[in-house]
Amino acid sequence: MQDKAEYARKGVGKARPSIAIEYVGGILLVAENPSPALHKICEIYDRIAFVGAGKYGEFENLRRAGIRYADLKGYTYDREDVTARSLANAYSQAIGEIFSQQVKPLEVEIAVAQVGETPDTNELYRISFDGSIADEKGFCVIGGQAEELMRVLKQLYKGQQELGATLELAADALERGTGQKPQPDFLEVALLERERPGRKFRFMGTEEFGGHLKLD
Amino acid sequence: MWEKHLELPSFHELLRKSHPELLPWASLEGASREEVEAALGGPHGTTVLALKHATGALLVGDRLATEGWHVADRRVQKVYKTDEHSAIAISGAAGVCLEMVRLLQTELAHYEKLEGAELSTEGKANKLAQMVRANLPAALQGLAVIPILVGYDLKMDEGRIFKYDVTGGRYEEAEFHAAGSGGQDARNSLKKFYRAGMGEDEALALGLEALQDAADENVGTSGIDLERSIFPTAVMTTRDGVFELSDERLREAYTQVAEPRRRARRGEEQGG
Repeated sequence: MQDKAEYARKGVGKARPSIAIEYVGGILLVAENPSPALHKICEIYDRIAFVGAGKYGEFENLRRAGIRYADLKGYTYDREDVTARSLANAYSQAIGEIFSQQVKPLEVEIAVAQVGETPDTNELYRISFDGSIADEKGFCVIGGQAEELMRVLKQLYKGQQELGATLELAADALERGTGQKPQPDFLEVALLERERPGRKFRFMGTEEFGGHLKLD
Repeated sequence: MWEKHLELPSFHELLRKSHPELLPWASLEGASREEVEAALGGPHGTTVLALKHATGALLVGDRLATEGWHVADRRVQKVYKTDEHSAIAISGAAGVCLEMVRLLQTELAHYEKLEGAELSTEGKANKLAQMVRANLPAALQGLAVIPILVGYDLKMDEGRIFKYDVTGGRYEEAEFHAAGSGGQDARNSLKKFYRAGMGEDEALALGLEALQDAADENVGTSGIDLERSIFPTAVMTTRDGVFELSDERLREAYTQVAEPRRRARRGEEQGG
């Protein structure tokens, strides 16, 4: 068990960090990702998004399974019955089972975010390689250097702000946590927007979020 | 077991394999068409129509649901947005129709989320054909679903209309189409006044007029019910998205254009 944990921790530690952070209009998701095609952030359901860190193939499988689970649940019952809490629990069970029963643990860490109907009902969950689950408030960091970034964000985050300020905060935290200025081309940015009708998730293009940032 | 990674990103396929009991088409083993129709209270009435215009395509559907000789519901919705660039109108057995709409909506979103890109317009039309075909056994027992699919094709940069037959046959219409018990009457009306490249407002007025003509001739179709303020459902599918038109917009289009034109055609005085 100890060896497995060590192995998985090392794998996740090599990953670039990703941040989910609340702002007044919803939840901002930022991932350091050099690939424009292989996404780390994705939409799961109307109000729910997924962020993966670690081995791409492994969290991609989790992502697809999550979409299947959510669509099946929404089709069987109703759209509003699909919740981040039950999805995060299902992920926790699945990842935990792989950790305890398979020879090779998953080298992943994932976050599940749900934008609430009001600013104080957002939900953020972090699930680690051993299936342990944490319920976060305000912000959540996964991937390598997560602890440093958490420490930085604890100092910087003073409640929900406007989108522009929150983007700058996330970029600032990435820079301080990793010791490197994030490159706009290597950032993947998405939003869960509370006021958006229907599906709340959307990606932000480099130009759009670049307009809020002074990175270069 | 590696094959499971090469499965289609299809929700319909997922249901078929792992939850067939959730598919819209119930198997009614042993029941005859007469028994099914008796249980439903008789045949269904509906008129739904689609027409292309300069910026996309319009779908209009009446609101009446019938059970035999009775009105079951005056406010049924038969036209639905299915994703950001497509919409569906349904005619046939209401229960199966509504479930098929939900299945298609889930299917399109499911594909988009898994693949990170919207299904092509042709892809959507083909997928719907497979669903209609899967419903064939139920259709033969009297539970047919005949949809019209409208999509805005971003590659061709125009609206497109697909009609279906009961076996899942899929045919593209270049200008307009109407289905349901009042479909023939609506088509006659559309045929006379349709012209390529008409504007959105003109298309809406014509769509409402055709629907009103169908309601005149077909007892299973409701027109515009000014007394109860019940208007048809109309959905515009354009490059910028799919928009449901408000009752105010429909009332305006009808009172300004369609109704005077109808009166003029009947030789009545305008505005009287």
